[in-house]
Amino acid sequence: MRAVFGTMRAELVGAGGVVERNVYLTKRYIWWDLAWFIWTVANTLTIVFIAKGIEATGGELDVNEVMTSLLIGAVIWAYLGVLFEFLMETVAWERWEGTIEYTFMAPLSRAMHLAGQGIFAIAYGLLRAVFLFTVCALFFDLSMPDANFLAAFVVLVVSSISFLGIGVMTSVLPLISPEKGTQLGFVAQGTLLVVSGIYYPVDVLPQWMQWIATISPATYALEGAREAILEGAGMSEMWDEIGPLLLIGAVTIPLGLWVFHRGELYAKKHGKLKRSG
Amino acid sequence: MSEVQEAIPLEAARRRSPPAVEVHELRKEFRRRDSKRRRGKRTRVALDGVSFAIARGETVAILGQNGSGKSTLVRLLSTLLLPDGGSAQVLGHDVVSDGRAVRRLVNRVSVEASFFKKMSSAENLSYAARYYGMTAGETRDKIPALLERVGFPPDRRDEPMENLSRGMQQKVALARALLTSPVVLLLDEPTTGLDPRSKLEVQEFIREIRTTHDSTILLCTHDLNEAESLAERVGILDRGRLLALEPADDLKRRYGAATLEEAFFAATGREFEAEGDEDDDREVFA
Repeated sequence: MRAVFGTMRAELVGAGGVVERNVYLTKRYIWWDLAWFIWTVANTLTIVFIAKGIEATGGELDVNEVMTSLLIGAVIWAYLGVLFEFLMETVAWERWEGTIEYTFMAPLSRAMHLAGQGIFAIAYGLLRAVFLFTVCALFFDLSMPDANFLAAFVVLVVSSISFLGIGVMTSVLPLISPEKGTQLGFVAQGTLLVVSGIYYPVDVLPQWMQWIATISPATYALEGAREAILEGAGMSEMWDEIGPLLLIGAVTIPLGLWVFHRGELYAKKHGKLKRSG
Repeated sequence: MSEVQEAIPLEAARRRSPPAVEVHELRKEFRRRDSKRRRGKRTRVALDGVSFAIARGETVAILGQNGSGKSTLVRLLSTLLLPDGGSAQVLGHDVVSDGRAVRRLVNRVSVEASFFKKMSSAENLSYAARYYGMTAGETRDKIPALLERVGFPPDRRDEPMENLSRGMQQKVALARALLTSPVVLLLDEPTTGLDPRSKLEVQEFIREIRTTHDSTILLCTHDLNEAESLAERVGILDRGRLLALEPADDLKRRYGAATLEEAFFAATGREFEAEGDEDDDREVFA
């Protein structure tokens, strides 16, 4: 029993080490992160301006509501981007710095290694999403009288579990293909969002895409966040979103770990677990 | 501990315990796409039936040219590669089936220091120690003490690694490896590319580890003098095959050679420094 607790303690300390490393790196690259945040703000503004453009060309719409809906979509896109990028860096950045062999030969289990990376990614991504939403909402002076921000935040946290599982699956790609693996992660992010009603209702999609939307966690994250912010829905009214998100997370997390394990075995078999790939 | 066990001398206890490293008929091959053929792949055997054992506390040097399989051997013992045949064990733990136990016992220093370059030496050591279950409380005093032991200036502890010389970085790499108190220390060309002074300092520190730590050392090197002066036994690895492994003097006697370089030539039929295209090609694979 003592040995089990000892192992558990070592694993938690190890996961904390991954978080600690990311804190150091974020401190060192803080100005670059700020520059990137400005780019994200600019990108989000261009999307939200679409609603104003439609109104200016004679379209009839509730501009405030459409702008808020677009803002939610853009913020979740940016959040997912941060999450996936951090997970892709599990391999890609370490290979670039040359530390990959030292990390993969440490006695920390892969599950806790990835958990540490995921925990930091979620914390950093959520903080960034809150800032992004606030800055853009203030810029457009959006009115959200009924918004339940706490419920929207909770939905985003719960959805992170499912996103984490998918992100872990994509993070193995740089292990298999050091040259092109990272780009493929963006393909996964884009595909996930196009079927999930990122800037439009899922109903407008072709039927086959709507079917895929039912198994995409982003669909429920977007629906939940919009219900909470636009309609003021509380936690008790959002089980239609939280339930599927938990279910998808229960599938994607173990599946992601299994896929990563297979990828790691492949890399060890073919000698790709080194800095030059 | 019983009185009988207490009475066993350290050397005898070491002989009774499993070897620190035991490698049997170890084989590793790599397949890569052949640019000369439209389809098909080339196979290169990086290690070809290598067998040896290292006793606890022993220092063994493996000599070999680029592409001889030295790094492949180190990476197999570090659980970073899966063998295609044979077996390797560290203190009785198999590197494939019991990889996690092996990872707790080994650490390494490779030819490239490999750090997060924007982070400081203290930060790099700190997060690396957590991967081995060491808390902040455990490393607070240990990291500065270790850095001091390897001769790292205290006033540069918070400087980014990218500002440090290669020799300085390699000292931090040695400190990182020792931080986790490994039973087996794998040194893969730790002094290659260092200036003469840094090289001597690193070699001196390896000597100190031998006397002050209960570590077993496998030193893979290009440097004949380094091998002879640091190791109790010297092995010759040539194109994936271990041709000999014995004390340097026995090796010279066996091949009727006055120097280790001559012994290497007699064993392999090639000058130590002479490397052909095939060696370069093998290095890419391994």
